[in-house]
Amino acid sequence: MINRTITDRDGVKRYLITLNVNGDARTVLVKGNAILANVLRDDFNLTGTKKGCELGDCGSCTVLLDGTPVDSCMVLAVDADGHDITTIEGVAVNSKLDDIQQAMINYAGIQCGYCSPGMVLSAKALLTRNPHPTEPEVREAISGNLCRCTGYVHIVEAVLAASQGKLVPGEHEYPREEGGSI
Amino acid sequence: MSKQYSQIGHSAPRIDGPEKATGAAKYTLDLKFPNMLYGKILTSPHAHARIISIDTSEAEALPGVKAVITHKDVPTLKYGLSPARWDENIFCSDKTRFVGDKVAAVACVDEPTCYRALKLIKVEYEVLPAVLNFLTAMDEGQPLVHEEYANNINTEIHQEFGDVAKAFAEAYHVRTDTFIGQRTYQCPIEPHAAVSMWDNGKLTIYSSTQSPHYFQYYIAREFGMEMGDVRIIKTFVGGGFGGKLEPTGLEFAGTVLAKLTSRPVRMFYDRAEMFAHNRGRHAQQMEITTGVDKNGKILVAHANFKMDGGAYTSLGIASAYYAGALLPMTYEFDNFKFDMYRLYTNLPACGAQRGHGAPQPKYAFESHLDNVAKDLGMDPMDIRILNARRPDTVTPNDFKVNSCHMRECLERAREMSGWDEKKKNRVKGRGIGVSTGSFVTGAGYPIYRTDLPHASAFIRLNEDGTAATLYTGAVEIGQGSDTVLCQMAAEAMGYRYEQMKIVAADTETTPLDFGAYASRQTYMSGTAIKLAGEEIRKQIIDMASFMLSLPPEDLDVDNGVIFSKSRPDKTIAFEAVARKHFVLRGPMLGKGVYTPPRLGGSFKGAPVGTSPAYSFGAQVGEVQIDEETGEIKVLGIWDVHDCGKVINPRLLHGQVHGALFMGMGESVWEEVQFDDKGRILNAELANYKMLTAMDMPPIESEVLDSYEPSGPWGAKEVGEGSTNPTLGMFSNAIFDAMGVRVNSLPLTYEKVWRALKEKREAEAKAKADEAKPQAAAEYCQPAAPA
Ligand code: FES
Ligand code: FES
Repeated sequence: MINRTITDRDGVKRYLITLNVNGDARTVLVKGNAILANVLRDDFNLTGTKKGCELGDCGSCTVLLDGTPVDSCMVLAVDADGHDITTIEGVAVNSKLDDIQQAMINYAGIQCGYCSPGMVLSAKALLTRNPHPTEPEVREAISGNLCRCTGYVHIVEAVLAASQGKLVPGEHEYPREEGGSI
Repeated sequence: MSKQYSQIGHSAPRIDGPEKATGAAKYTLDLKFPNMLYGKILTSPHAHARIISIDTSEAEALPGVKAVITHKDVPTLKYGLSPARWDENIFCSDKTRFVGDKVAAVACVDEPTCYRALKLIKVEYEVLPAVLNFLTAMDEGQPLVHEEYANNINTEIHQEFGDVAKAFAEAYHVRTDTFIGQRTYQCPIEPHAAVSMWDNGKLTIYSSTQSPHYFQYYIAREFGMEMGDVRIIKTFVGGGFGGKLEPTGLEFAGTVLAKLTSRPVRMFYDRAEMFAHNRGRHAQQMEITTGVDKNGKILVAHANFKMDGGAYTSLGIASAYYAGALLPMTYEFDNFKFDMYRLYTNLPACGAQRGHGAPQPKYAFESHLDNVAKDLGMDPMDIRILNARRPDTVTPNDFKVNSCHMRECLERAREMSGWDEKKKNRVKGRGIGVSTGSFVTGAGYPIYRTDLPHASAFIRLNEDGTAATLYTGAVEIGQGSDTVLCQMAAEAMGYRYEQMKIVAADTETTPLDFGAYASRQTYMSGTAIKLAGEEIRKQIIDMASFMLSLPPEDLDVDNGVIFSKSRPDKTIAFEAVARKHFVLRGPMLGKGVYTPPRLGGSFKGAPVGTSPAYSFGAQVGEVQIDEETGEIKVLGIWDVHDCGKVINPRLLHGQVHGALFMGMGESVWEEVQFDDKGRILNAELANYKMLTAMDMPPIESEVLDSYEPSGPWGAKEVGEGSTNPTLGMFSNAIFDAMGVRVNSLPLTYEKVWRALKEKREAEAKAKADEAKPQAAAEYCQPAAPA
């Protein structure tokens, strides 16, 4: 229960909450109806968390709440008080991309990129709890993340590749394949 | 095999990959400016209503509200695609024409205040009877959506090529079928957004746009400004698919609100507002008649269509022309008639969606062609191969086709899918279908009347040659143009993709390009960029010739190294030459420009569908139908494309996958549904059903070794054309599985189940009739409504 509140002159209560965002404790004053996605984007300027529907349908706003993927547009900021939150900005460590990010780039799992932060986080949560998923397991794990561009083909390929450590190609190379089928 | 290149023909990773993978990429809705306000638009709750009065006083009095505007505060000039059909206003003044029509807008200190302010604007309406069914919109006595357009006709097209009557008279078999296509929505995951701001008479708009140039032209025209005083900057765009090709209320209202408040104003459409703004694929009724000879050769076709335009023209006249124009593309026949009415209704306007105008007519034609094949006892694959277009031919409506591997696409798809095997060894409930598609590689004529070139570019080398920046108006919306165009620039220069930078899609810093529509950029922007790169290459070789004391004819440059053709040991690094050039001759720039040749015939509407090159493709799909539930399981899809030289294979196949995904959604699930008041029933992603990763079937996509002589390195389009075969392919696979045809999109499980039920009932009845031949006639009852 949050007991640090302030009531403004219209009688509306504000809650002082602390979110552990990407390892940093961030304290912020929010209204009871403040949405986690908006607090991340507007108060902390972590705009990598995207909004595509604000109804819990598209998954663009996926963040990890104590390691579990959630639609942050469906979470009240006050309910996240004291919890660990990982946003897309917290996935790469010291500018070293996570395997999933690297594979998403190399396998062209990214087109417009609007779904990509959410995809990466859903995939990250999957590989953390199940390092060697099957293809159906990958599909299930990202089924809450809608992508209008890729048909998911290269995304699924990228996540499986990341799980197998096949980040082909290496840092500065890329697959030199010819125009045939993949 | 085609020639090997060092920079193109390889799956270079996207140039914007790291930014997008890490969340660093800023989309319009992510932008914040000091002192920025938030804007929102008030829209009509009625499909058709007269505005009696608008009272904004209460909204204006609300603390935090900085401006409230209505039709009184904005230009009254109408807009739309072509001057003859400018029919839309920034705000409605006399009446509203669909649920979602723009009425007023506010700018406030934050979004919650905007929503409160909108509620305080009092609009008094007199609700009018609405036109909600396009099939009866032309009937006498229907209300008029626009008083100046009689019978609600927005566009009427009547074209005839060859001798249609004679060909029908001589045909061995003539058949007519009618199909219905549904309204779908582009549904990019990123909402439309714009941030508008003024500085000393100059307007700047950051926008989620497919064409900064078109926005610049359109907005300058609307506000009576010089184009030079309007700057449009594209940010990262989260998908467009045709829906972000024309300015919306966000730019128009934002412009005025920013001017009135002298503050930046950020606006966006939420998901429901996106659906209401719409501009998606037209619902259509498509009647197709063809005449064939006894071998199945198509002699003549008549397409008789009606489309639901919604309340405004938008880009829809082009859609109307495209619907017929691209029909005679994949099959050769000389006689063709096309009749079309695009009708106004009190529903959101329709416009350009991936495959602009072509996918539904293709669905109708391909479904119809299977019916014809069945009548003749022919294999659907055989009738297509027999009629497949050949290279260096001209369509009846005067489109010149250069490269074309239609036949090979079909043959390869037949092989890949195991077509013959599957046709022979039938499995109950299982079916296989084939369909073809083709699309323009860029439109032959500009989106608005102008003599400007279609694309231009320049490349600037960094002083020390360690980087080159490509400046282009081309528009990356996810399809990968920034990447592919940098690969092309590097190839033309003899440079390395890894050292390329790009500045794109900003009307002030980048040269003109019409943008991302009509699948034009790899070809058209690419041609301009190739020329720009070749100018650099020439200057590099010139300078290297001076430095190496070798004649320029003996030198070539590739992958960042200049080398002597006669003495392979003589090389010099690109960077060293570039640096020397800067020291001795100053900045090195290369520029290029592209204007298509004059194309097409001279009949009315002849420009729509013209293109310097056309892509071709075939798709085969196999489905398994559950007779109990009507559920359609897709067992596999095989796609073969002729898209010319492939610049980046992985990105190209990504386009095919995305197109197939969208096409499959349109085939079985996606449909914008309305209630009897013209309100959208499913303006959200839970009930406007897109495929999830779990719904997406296995796909094999392949490209043929193809070369388009007019294209840069032989390239042509792929992004939109790949949507064209999909709807017909599903329709035919389902038909093959069931033996009965569902004649309307989407081919939902329910419709399939119903069709199977009716079929079973009909069969049972036929059996019963056989048993009691006498009594049958007396008890013949019409089937009970299901
Ligand atoms: S924005 Fe949260 S699920 Fe779509
Ligand atoms: S890449 Fe565009 S929505 Fe997924």
